[in-house]
Amino acid sequence: MNTDELYQEILLQHSRRPRNHGPLENPTHRADGHNALCGDELSVELRIVDDKLEAVRFQASACAICTASGSLMTGAVTGLKSEEAGALAGDFRKLATTGEVAPAIESLTALRALGAVHRFPQRVKCATLAWETFSAAIREGSVSPS
Amino acid sequence: MNDVERLRREFPFLEGENPLAYLDNGASTQKPRAVIERMRNFAGHEYANVHRGIHELSEQATAVYEAARERARSFFNAATAESIVFTRGTTEAVNLVAFAWGGQNVKSGDTILLTEMEHHSNMVPWQQLAARTGATIKYVPVLENGEGLDLDASRTLLAERPRIFAFTHISNTMAVENPVKDLCLLARENGVSTLIDAAQSAAHIPVDVEEIGCDFLVCSAHKMCGPTGIGILYGRREILETMPPWQFGGEMVDRVEFGGAKFRPTPARFEAGTPAIIESAGLHAALDFVDSVGLEKIAAHSSALAEYAAEKLRSLPGVRVFGPKSSRAHLVTFTVEGVHAHDLAFFCNDRRVAIRAGHHCAQPLMRKLGAPASARASFHFYNTPAEADQLMDAIAEAIRFFNP
Ligand SMILES: Cc1ncc(COP(=O)(O)O)c(C=O)c1O
Repeated sequence: MNTDELYQEILLQHSRRPRNHGPLENPTHRADGHNALCGDELSVELRIVDDKLEAVRFQASACAICTASGSLMTGAVTGLKSEEAGALAGDFRKLATTGEVAPAIESLTALRALGAVHRFPQRVKCATLAWETFSAAIREGSVSPS
Repeated sequence: MNDVERLRREFPFLEGENPLAYLDNGASTQKPRAVIERMRNFAGHEYANVHRGIHELSEQATAVYEAARERARSFFNAATAESIVFTRGTTEAVNLVAFAWGGQNVKSGDTILLTEMEHHSNMVPWQQLAARTGATIKYVPVLENGEGLDLDASRTLLAERPRIFAFTHISNTMAVENPVKDLCLLARENGVSTLIDAAQSAAHIPVDVEEIGCDFLVCSAHKMCGPTGIGILYGRREILETMPPWQFGGEMVDRVEFGGAKFRPTPARFEAGTPAIIESAGLHAALDFVDSVGLEKIAAHSSALAEYAAEKLRSLPGVRVFGPKSSRAHLVTFTVEGVHAHDLAFFCNDRRVAIRAGHHCAQPLMRKLGAPASARASFHFYNTPAEADQLMDAIAEAIRFFNP
């Protein structure tokens, strides 16, 4: 059934207990995103030090796929340089829209589980929202230190 | 064979071994054979443009189109057919009034009164009118948990004499039926014009514009077993006659010169361009069909199903049901703690139950109620208690799946 194909156990675990969920102290970047289709909202906060993603957290009140994707996204990009993270976001977009697995995500098994969304056009945005918001935070979300 | 089974046979959609339990009637309804056949026949054998041909076919098509207008008049018990304007749907009808009537009657400093339970279609056009004119929008609040409209507040707000009170007959999220007759009377006593959004009520309960006493009423054929692309604006004739057109072109003009044009009277002046002719034949058939089922019967059947579903849902762990404690209209909106509405709807779909998930085009209200996303099941006369049970089983199973 579609349910089993989309909601793989690893994703359910991440949606029930998302990693890096909640506010980040002293973020250098942040962005809010929302899904116009259903009204779900998600925000991403980052701390970038010397061009490196030192910490990444997200907050969402959203569906299981969106929450799991946020959780997996924070895990995948923390520690990367922002350019590397940007490339990964591109790879993820391709995965979610076509199911195609780029070399950089071949070893990220849990992330790859999200590739199933490409079969359900209505749910693609649920998976990509966290990544789009993350990219927006890097691109234009610079916050002045308080 | 009982009535519902007999009616179900009229819908090609419900044929076959294991039809989908279609519980998204609030969004749009399925189409009976009578409507489909009528449109096919009309398009195949009787079709021509209206109001512009001398040839016989055009004359006949015009008669069909105008007969649909007369049918809409009798369906809503309007005094004259000139009160019935065909639009693309509810949304366009509200926009028409906001532009044509609003442009003339709403000035800077005026108030437009809405309610918190309005669909975006009966909110955003007024917000835009307010932005254009410098008017202010006020909202009649919704009671806790969406149990109903705060009628005391509506009394106070109407006494402040807004220019217009535009409000929904049946809320598409809260399943509340508003006391339209009382509210229109109160509005009239305060010199306030009224517009009723009948998108959810028009094919679910009897709607009589004379009895309600409203100035405008709007609805969409596609929610009434009719086709997409056509809807109705009812307006009191004396008011429509004072309103300027809002779109310009063919059909709506009386006489055109290079220097300008004169416009035809209502309703033609509000129907610029070639209208939805084939759809008008479908709408006519849909109104006949709904009437033959009987609106009193439809109302009783679909709210009984919604009550039944609401009752069962309340017994499930973590379920919150919105709306009135009794006298529920044909739908039920709910949330499940720990399970997002999107996931519920996806899960139900796998069990062949179609429900709606999201904000139901009532974002401000759902945010206020602390449920930015919710699930909604909406019923019609062709739905059965077995389908409500199918929904319940799917939701119960979803809760076990997502919240083990
Ligand atoms: C209460 C209400 N008003 C307005 C609308 C808009 O109707 P339409 O999209 O047919 O213009 C709907 C339907 O979605 C509705 O339920």
